[in-house]
Amino acid sequence: MESYIPIIVLLGIALVLALLLMSLSRLLGPFRPNTNKLNPYESGMDPVGQARERYSIGFYLVAMEFIIFDLEVVFLFPWAVKFTELGFGTFVAMVIFIIILFIGLFYTLKKGTIYFELKPSISNRT
Amino acid sequence: MDYLYDLNTFIPATIAAAAGLVVLMQSVYKVKINTIFGVTVFSLVVALLFALRDLFGPVGTSFYDMVAYGGTAAFGTLLVITGTLFCVLISRDYLEAIDHHYGEVYAMILFATTGMVGLAVSNDLIMLFVGLETMSICLYVLAGLIKEEKTGAESALKYFLLGAFSTGFLLYGIALIYGATGSTNYADITALTDISPLFMAGSALLLVGFFFKISAVPFHMWTPDVYQGTPTTLTAYFATASKAATFVALILVMSRMMPEIEGVGWTQAISVIAIITMILGNLIALVQDNVKRMLAYSSIAHAGYLLVGLAAGTADGYTGVLYYLFAYTVMNIGAFGVIAFYERNQALDFTDVNNYAGLGYKQPVMAVLLSVFLFSLAGIPPFVGFLAKYYVFAAAVNAGHITLAVVGVLTTAASVYYYLRVMVFMYFREPHKEFDLVNPGAIFKYALIVLCVLTVYYGVEPVFPMGSLIELLTSYYTETGPAGMAGP
Repeated sequence: MESYIPIIVLLGIALVLALLLMSLSRLLGPFRPNTNKLNPYESGMDPVGQARERYSIGFYLVAMEFIIFDLEVVFLFPWAVKFTELGFGTFVAMVIFIIILFIGLFYTLKKGTIYFELKPSISNRT
Repeated sequence: MDYLYDLNTFIPATIAAAAGLVVLMQSVYKVKINTIFGVTVFSLVVALLFALRDLFGPVGTSFYDMVAYGGTAAFGTLLVITGTLFCVLISRDYLEAIDHHYGEVYAMILFATTGMVGLAVSNDLIMLFVGLETMSICLYVLAGLIKEEKTGAESALKYFLLGAFSTGFLLYGIALIYGATGSTNYADITALTDISPLFMAGSALLLVGFFFKISAVPFHMWTPDVYQGTPTTLTAYFATASKAATFVALILVMSRMMPEIEGVGWTQAISVIAIITMILGNLIALVQDNVKRMLAYSSIAHAGYLLVGLAAGTADGYTGVLYYLFAYTVMNIGAFGVIAFYERNQALDFTDVNNYAGLGYKQPVMAVLLSVFLFSLAGIPPFVGFLAKYYVFAAAVNAGHITLAVVGVLTTAASVYYYLRVMVFMYFREPHKEFDLVNPGAIFKYALIVLCVLTVYYGVEPVFPMGSLIELLTSYYTETGPAGMAGP
């Protein structure tokens, strides 16, 4: 239990600091509210709205590319931590893995996933 | 545990995966489509040779017990690669005719094949899951190849949603089994002595996941729509290679994973599902006018016959199922192939059986081939379909499942109606309008002829004195194993 005391102290400090900063800015700064300023995310997206919105398919393609890097890192980190113990075979396996991922990334780039405005060339007639 | 040795046991899938990457890069660089086709066929032939070698090779496990090789797994690999090879051979002309001939199709087929081989050689629930997903995701993409048409989009979406749903079942089952046993390895799970309700629930969910994938009634709803909307040669691929891989995985799970304790096996559940599947699949197929839907329901019915062999649960039963899978792969790709040939003609809608009137005299070779494949699917004697049904039903009778065999034989008799109906239209009806059929093309034609030869040869095989396929398959379940080594 005693080991948790620093955490409680930290929470307390965070609370006090947040309250202090907010009240200071309210007391010292000018206050001229309007609709945009009172939004939870100022100049961001609308917090309440229709769930059914249509996005450009391009976003999904970018998300796909993100997954390629994400997966790479997920596997690279544990491998890198144990690199010296795992030996040469695992090194080769990892290189093959990265090559496969790279081919995937290369394919999506070649297909024009990041050229949003220029209408990605999805037609793959060869 | 040598790394290269492990890779050697998994070489067909490795070749398919590597070829898939090469084909993907080639299609980005706009290499000629015929070159891509050639690379695909070449890699599959090489993989087929390795699979044939493994058929007679030693039996064991590799990759830290994740992968089984030799025996059942080797035969599963062979089935998958054979099915894929023939589907690719008949795909080129067909996809060109329907104007959807992209390099990526071949890449997807090769990646799916990798997954199927992984599924067919799985010796661990994780490997099973990875193989199944690799296969399924590629198949979802292939199902939506004709995305401009409503049927294509419907088939892709339906396949994806229901496939994801069934994967959920499968994965939940795996999770529960892991929770109950603390292992995902078949060898560890089969060594269990006391069984908890958690394990029973897990194995039931696992079985439901399998039923979805092999399209057994009542989990079959997606099959007709998906088969109809997919390009026909790829439908053949779905119906044969993926089903063969899933069934081989099911055999491996049943024979290696399920603990041999009274009341734990799946026999009861599988018997019931087999009976419903055989009856419903055949009954609905009777009223189909669309040939592809008819073959879809027929493939559901065939899943029922295959389940009969599994329900027997004996060495005979497993052997029968493997033989049946081979027969089914050969004759079903053949039937879909000839239909794909007719569909290449834009004159009429050749998915409608009414338009088959008078086709028998236009391209006689093609009509005879279709007749042979349909006779074989119906289980009429000189063809492989008959022997396969014989082995499966005989195994069921020997294991004491008389009801299953009776239902199987009766529904087979009913199925003759819808298979022969196509032939009646082809030979005994006058054509609606005049048109000329296109030339099938050498590769297309000879691929189908080879399939026909296989259908006939393995139908009369016991007559020949050489070592037969069924003996080889039986040896997988005896003490000595194929190469005289101790089998599992």
